[in-house]
Amino acid sequence: MTELTNLGIKAIRDGVAKGDFTAREVAEGFNAAVAEASALNAFIVATPDHALAAADAADAKRAKGEELGAMGGVPIGMKDLFATKGVQTSAASHILEGFTPQYESTVSSNLWAAGAGMLGKLNLDQFAMGSSNETSFFGNVSSPWRKHGTNAAMSPGGSSGGSSSAVAARIAPAATGTDTGGSIRQPAAFTGICGIKPTYGRCSRWGVVAFASSLDQAGPMARSVEDCAIMLGAMAGFDPKDSTSLKVDVPDWEAALSADLKGKKVGIPREYRMEGTDQAILDSWEQGKAWLKDAGAEIVDVSLPHTKYALPAYYIIAPAEASSNLARYDGVRYGLRDLPDGAGLQDMYAETRAAGFGDEVKRRILIGTYVLSAGFYDAYYNQAQKIRALVAQDFEKAWAECDLILAPTTPTASFPLGSLDADPLTMYLNDVFAVPASLAGLPAMSVPAMLNSDGLPLGLQLVGKAYDEQTVLDAGLAIQQRAGFDHPPEKWW
Amino acid sequence: MSVDKATVEKIAKLARIKMGDEELERMAPELSNILDWVEQLGEVDTSGVEPMRAVIPNALRLRDDVIDADPKTAGGRRDDVLANAPAAEHGFFGVPKVIE
Repeated sequence: MTELTNLGIKAIRDGVAKGDFTAREVAEGFNAAVAEASALNAFIVATPDHALAAADAADAKRAKGEELGAMGGVPIGMKDLFATKGVQTSAASHILEGFTPQYESTVSSNLWAAGAGMLGKLNLDQFAMGSSNETSFFGNVSSPWRKHGTNAAMSPGGSSGGSSSAVAARIAPAATGTDTGGSIRQPAAFTGICGIKPTYGRCSRWGVVAFASSLDQAGPMARSVEDCAIMLGAMAGFDPKDSTSLKVDVPDWEAALSADLKGKKVGIPREYRMEGTDQAILDSWEQGKAWLKDAGAEIVDVSLPHTKYALPAYYIIAPAEASSNLARYDGVRYGLRDLPDGAGLQDMYAETRAAGFGDEVKRRILIGTYVLSAGFYDAYYNQAQKIRALVAQDFEKAWAECDLILAPTTPTASFPLGSLDADPLTMYLNDVFAVPASLAGLPAMSVPAMLNSDGLPLGLQLVGKAYDEQTVLDAGLAIQQRAGFDHPPEKWW
Repeated sequence: MSVDKATVEKIAKLARIKMGDEELERMAPELSNILDWVEQLGEVDTSGVEPMRAVIPNALRLRDDVIDADPKTAGGRRDDVLANAPAAEHGFFGVPKVIE
């Protein structure tokens, strides 16, 4: 029998349903793999009992001949940004260390209702702010990948770096991620897995620790396009508790998957040919075009003229929203309180927030406070919101000429942990290809394409029209079938 | 436009984050770099462009005018609300004395 921990969502679900193995065997296998992999630091908290209880429930249902659900018997990792009842939800911060929600986020509730179980809470960049998983209060996450011939710890990407590391290392078959400006796609690309950010509003934000509410979207990270389609179906759906939740039906993406792209036009945005992009990334982009052509698609050139301004606009909008969202951490209602002897209320706020937030979080709160402050609001925030409108209009115009867009996910492959410490701006540039789709609220996916000459994975990005996750997934499947990317990282942990 | 140490001190105060001299010195050039970089947005002619307020057109809904329509967000959950408070007393959030 194949090692159960090598299986993905579909293989586990179908295997449990058929009786090839029990859900308990699967959960035990992954629980053991999680326990062994502490060197990756992918999990902040392991919850083996949660996984076993869900597995036993799936096995009991099967014994009674009941339906097991879309994720029946599949244990997953949960990014530690989703509130989980009775299990610490820290957002990888000190200020929320020990915070134990009394309720369950909508997305995690949906997953449990679909039959999934939880292996644990996954590490991330603090408050999802970061692109390398080096801003967590609970330590860096290591990618399971290493450059040929070196032992240097590599970045799993961020902010969903615990998710990407765990799924790539096969200590979880799949994991939740969240994407504000690339936080699902960039880590997926760095670790050779798939990840999709759906249309803004598909997945409820209720119970997800807020970073930038107009951008935050949850999505699945897994090792195949089919698994992403299954898990996204289980996560998505209208939620009256989220004011921006989309009141539209969730299509059966899994059932409709097709790698036949006849009649589809794929746009290649010329502005994505940027200086500083690795030649290997450009080569993979060319290869991606050939694969999609082979699948029946027509390749057309398109222009997204405001691409260059998307990233700076994002670094006004996201910090502005963050500075407002993170005002709630005040030492009063939950989380850390730092109250020096004799201090008053204002001192308590300032001390608590000084002790509870990491450097990157402070930096973004300060940027956000500055751009929203009197006298600067128009020049910064309003201008950024106008440019956001222009970025979205660029895509609207492109849709007159194509059905989806193919681009690289990142300008480089993964880098060693600690190598981009010196300058926050260099780190921000990682998301230059990912941010435009975030600003426009569009579905976007990263699928693995190939390994570069260092033996590190490279991803390709597909961006679709609003609500059209299906075309994105279909094109992802077409790439997956042609790339034949099934390299597991060599185990060192 | 760059921000100096005094400006960072002011915004840190507005953001209710205590910062010592050393931290302010360190943050000032970092924030200046970021702000200098976002300045390029000024190049774009945005006259006549409406700032984007909602990324997917989506009218805000009103909930049904029913008390406790959704038990998860309804009232009557005082103990749950207070469960994570650093200092809950007598069914309230405790804070340091505000008025002398």
